[in-house]
Amino acid sequence: MEELGWLAIFGRMAVQFLPVWVAMALVFGLSITWRRRLGLYGKLFDSTIGMIGFGIVIFWLFTAVFADLIITHDPLAQVSQMRNVVPGTPLPNPDGRYEYYLLGGDSIARDVFSRMVMGAREVLRIAPFAAMISFMIGIALGLPAGYFGGRLDTGLTFVANLVLAFPVILLFFLLVAPEIQFTLIPTVMAGVLFLVPILFLMVLLNARFFTQPGKRNLYVGGVLVFGLWAYSGLAFNADPLGFWGISPNILNVFVAVVFVNAPTVFRIVRGITLDIKTRDYVAAAQTRGEGPWYIMMWEILPNARGPLIVDFCLRIGYTTILLGTLGFFGLGVSPESPDWGSTINDGRRLLTVYPHPALVPAFSLMSLVLGLNLLADGLREESLKD
Amino acid sequence: MLLFLLRRIGVMLLTALCLTFVVFYLTNLPAKLETLAKTQAGSRISDAEVASWLERNGYARPMVVRYGEWLGVVPGWTRADAEGTVTGRCYRLAAVEGEAYVPERCGLLQGYWGNSTRFRAPVSDVITARLGATGMLMAWVLIVMVPMALVVGVMAGMREGSRTDRSLSTFAIASTATPEYVSGVFLIALLASSTVGLSPLLSSWGWIDGPVLFQGNARSAMEQITFWNFALPVMTIALYGMGYIARITRASMTEVMTQQYIRTARLKGVSFTNIVLRHALRNALIAPFTVIMLQIPWLLNGVVVVEVLFSYPGFGWTLFEAAVNNDIELLLAASVVAVVVVLLTQLISDVGYVWLNPRIRIS
Repeated sequence: MEELGWLAIFGRMAVQFLPVWVAMALVFGLSITWRRRLGLYGKLFDSTIGMIGFGIVIFWLFTAVFADLIITHDPLAQVSQMRNVVPGTPLPNPDGRYEYYLLGGDSIARDVFSRMVMGAREVLRIAPFAAMISFMIGIALGLPAGYFGGRLDTGLTFVANLVLAFPVILLFFLLVAPEIQFTLIPTVMAGVLFLVPILFLMVLLNARFFTQPGKRNLYVGGVLVFGLWAYSGLAFNADPLGFWGISPNILNVFVAVVFVNAPTVFRIVRGITLDIKTRDYVAAAQTRGEGPWYIMMWEILPNARGPLIVDFCLRIGYTTILLGTLGFFGLGVSPESPDWGSTINDGRRLLTVYPHPALVPAFSLMSLVLGLNLLADGLREESLKD
Repeated sequence: MLLFLLRRIGVMLLTALCLTFVVFYLTNLPAKLETLAKTQAGSRISDAEVASWLERNGYARPMVVRYGEWLGVVPGWTRADAEGTVTGRCYRLAAVEGEAYVPERCGLLQGYWGNSTRFRAPVSDVITARLGATGMLMAWVLIVMVPMALVVGVMAGMREGSRTDRSLSTFAIASTATPEYVSGVFLIALLASSTVGLSPLLSSWGWIDGPVLFQGNARSAMEQITFWNFALPVMTIALYGMGYIARITRASMTEVMTQQYIRTARLKGVSFTNIVLRHALRNALIAPFTVIMLQIPWLLNGVVVVEVLFSYPGFGWTLFEAAVNNDIELLLAASVVAVVVVLLTQLISDVGYVWLNPRIRIS
């Protein structure tokens, strides 16, 4: 069979991404139709930059979701004679498999295209959740630090600065080393870090509904049961039903990334809280006799959402970069893992001769982070227009 | 001002103490010590032999005591064996440094940094040599990055919302979205590959002598730095750091351009160039200054990635090698240097901010 030209390669890739195009068309069509009723999210579609960013982000999101339908080969399977082949090379004897390596083969003859697609799933499985947990921790500690001030503030700020003064890369070398996985450190850190979101949600709901005990008991109890169920599986790998689970590798990476991100979020939230707590509506709530946690969670936090949403987008992007860095140094990932960082690391040895195995994931990672940054920029602009 | 400085330095020392203890704890975990024993005394030794090796080399005592010894505030351990020869931490370290005199305390504070198992040389020699190499890299990065970032930021910020602003801002966003390991890969593929990018083209036209335009490996820059072997690593770090500084400069510039004194200058009939250069620039550069200083610790990240990617044996590369090879004493020393650099830049940026900003300085 003939080698494919670039036009044919892109045509075939476009066909493989068909489920993604359909899903994206649906999302864009529906959102643009009802954009006036969708608040800040709807306003995003007024800004070109924001729309481009949003498009790139949901492209990768749907790629991760439909990865099984998109891939052309098993991302771990090696086909002999396909070592380092250029993009568009046909398989010697397909036997019912896809006939081409669309983006070529890597140094041990795996399909670069399929690995890139599965890599999106690896990255998007960790980055948004790590950013979310970091945010919950940052908010749960930043609000009281800013609101109460005093000793609590001094202590928490010192600890946050301590973590921030650590060069990130050094922290990764120390914290994601293979020896650490066999100690209690990641488990203990996960035990502490994952407990904060549960407490956060419980305090959030309790502050709102404590005047209606029936509702309060239902909501807080629900969070407690569900949270502890997930907590037992994620932090201690001891879920009685076996639904929640996380490999020690991933847990270690997750904990390290959250640990690096949370102090920055803490500083942002603390700063915003210091600003907002002088506003009139906070004084009004204090005069009404509302409790401090109600004021923090239901008066200050909703009014801080603009900058926080923007920073959340940026933080997912930054987390993606951090995950890539970890993969680049071969830390905390299994050697076969198709995530983008370690694929770049594998590809860099033969970079000057066969650049495609490293270029493809490099381009993917850049486009995802760029998309998130553009999205954040669009959101910032639109939220400032109010 | 003096009180402020003293308080800052006090907090800094406390931070340094906490951080070095964390690093010490994490590098001296039992599992790591076991690996060390196995690399030093043979990989097939039994658990009992590991325990006795650790005992003999002073690793079997409490962590805090060992931290004190390492820091140099607790006297080093000594042991007399059956024949009466005395060994100890300080005997060994004095031998490493080539000194006959054995001090009572031998730690970081006394200048005894230990021996590197990876490079088989005193840690202090390894670190100083590598720091020199990285200093060279950092100097060039700053020379390239700071003017470029400031020019981009000022150009974008002086007319907010213009087409120049839009395109430069997008460029700045794109550069912050491209981490070093991505832009490095792009640059190597574009400029330093013998099969794709520009080099084969230029080579076939006969414009360049060798097969590639730039070198994808910066090891030769250790002997002599040339444009061709040093440009790619420098550009890789500078590109990522630049976007952020440019965005801060832009934000600061747009804010200054809306101030009353700019309007006054404009009404007075001062030309736009003069407004930007004489009135706006000075006030707009206060915020970027602190950011540039705070950017230096971030550059450290980039330095590690770039030095590994371009195999340039500097400080970042040493840190990576020490971490991968479980070279405990080298890793500790490198961490101390890294932490001190971070804290010093923070201090300079704080003091600089106060000093540069007359509103804070005078009150």
